[in-house]
Amino acid sequence: MITINNISKSFDGRKVLSDISATFDKGKTNLIIGQSGSGKTVLLKCIVGLLEADEGEVYYNDILFNKLSFDKKKLIRQKMGMLFQGAALFDSMSVEKNVMFPLDMFTEMSKEEKLERANFCLQRVNIINANHLFPDEISGGMKKRVAIARAIALNPEFLFCDEPNSGLDPKTSVVIDHLIKDITEEYNITTLVNTHDMNSVMGIGDKVIFIYEGQKWWEGSRNDILDSDNKELNEFVFSSELTRKIKGL
Amino acid sequence: MTIVGILSINLKFVKNKRFMLVKVFHLFGEYVLFLKKVFSKPEKRKIYLKQTMIEMDKLGFLSIGIVTIISFFMGAVITLQTAYNIENPFLPSYLIGVGTRDSILLEFSSTVIGLILAGKVGSNIASEIGTMRVSEQIDALEIMGINSASYLVLPKIIATMLFNPFLTMLSMVVGIIGGWSVGVFTGVVSTQQYIDGIRYAFVPFYITYALIKMVFFAFIITTISSFYGYRVQGGSLEVGKASTNAVVMSSIFILLFNLLLTQLLLS
Repeated sequence: MITINNISKSFDGRKVLSDISATFDKGKTNLIIGQSGSGKTVLLKCIVGLLEADEGEVYYNDILFNKLSFDKKKLIRQKMGMLFQGAALFDSMSVEKNVMFPLDMFTEMSKEEKLERANFCLQRVNIINANHLFPDEISGGMKKRVAIARAIALNPEFLFCDEPNSGLDPKTSVVIDHLIKDITEEYNITTLVNTHDMNSVMGIGDKVIFIYEGQKWWEGSRNDILDSDNKELNEFVFSSELTRKIKGL
Repeated sequence: MTIVGILSINLKFVKNKRFMLVKVFHLFGEYVLFLKKVFSKPEKRKIYLKQTMIEMDKLGFLSIGIVTIISFFMGAVITLQTAYNIENPFLPSYLIGVGTRDSILLEFSSTVIGLILAGKVGSNIASEIGTMRVSEQIDALEIMGINSASYLVLPKIIATMLFNPFLTMLSMVVGIIGGWSVGVFTGVVSTQQYIDGIRYAFVPFYITYALIKMVFFAFIITTISSFYGYRVQGGSLEVGKASTNAVVMSSIFILLFNLLLTQLLLS
């Protein structure tokens, strides 16, 4: 479980996040949604510690993460997996080596064991016969799936996905969404997904937090969205003509 | 222009200069903190050792070609220039060998090769790390719990500090061979005179001096280039700028340390 309390962050005097508190449950796909520039990536980066929050606390299973020393943070980070917007695979390594990398760094497994684990993770994300290809030789969707395989290689407790569907076609997006949800439930992971893709929201969002102008504006499940009368949320979710007609706006 | 106007312009100038000074100190502070992060305890020594070997191949072995070519031609040019400068019946020809040897050992094989490596290796390091930064590969390392600065930079520092002195020695040998071959080919000096010159009043410490300088230069090139690459923010344009800045700053610091080390080691 991840708990954040009163997270605030400013850049050059401009407040980007203001007093955000939330709890993200284990075994659930928690979504952070909001318009581009609303502050959701900054929030995710503050939660994982890539950015330091000006105020507030981030707890990982009751451990106050953002006040830990660099070395102690490293121990928690070994329990994290992250899927970046651009996949962030290591260019100089093959698909197989990318997935084996965290195993090389943090386990004492034999080469055969590491290979077996890497193959298991790759098969789990439906990557077959691509072990020796390099990131620039595979498609965007495959890159995302390899990045998920790398993120789950060490059996993480926490999975973070920053806009997992950006740059993907709708069909591949659905595949990635369901993969994230299945893995979350299968391994009982606390998953946080940062997205503005409404298909993801309605498809996998167990818990949804709507960020508006750097503030937590709304919180609920995907079903609650349909009944919500929150003006800003409705404007964001039902922005297209079609969805507005469905909602009756 | 009124006095108030002139004063306000001067005040602006002073303020800008002060701001620049603050920026320089800020940058230096950032560099020191970066080095602190680089020299922290490695996560897994075996992996770092493997990375060091890879970097030796990439940054060292792959520089052998350019060092050899440049050294050969520079040795040749130094020999010819020395020959033209001492064209005097009262000066013995073996002095051409002496001049070539001392120029190569004292300055060329360390400083000039250092500057060339700042261009080749420095830009390579800055652009590689910079690209990793903008494509979030460095963030991916951090999220895994890996000290990205140490993992990416420490093997490069060790690799270049160990390998570059070999490049210096190679440059010395090839430079002297270049001088000999062109000297003999053009007839400005005979083989015997050239060898006599190479052996005349030889100071072995010059080799040590050149190697010490190269170790310092290797550290400067690697750390400054890595630093500029590591702090890139933005996109490909910024990676290009970082690469240029890395080469410029490395070259400036090589020249500065060349002066300091020469004063310290030869005075």
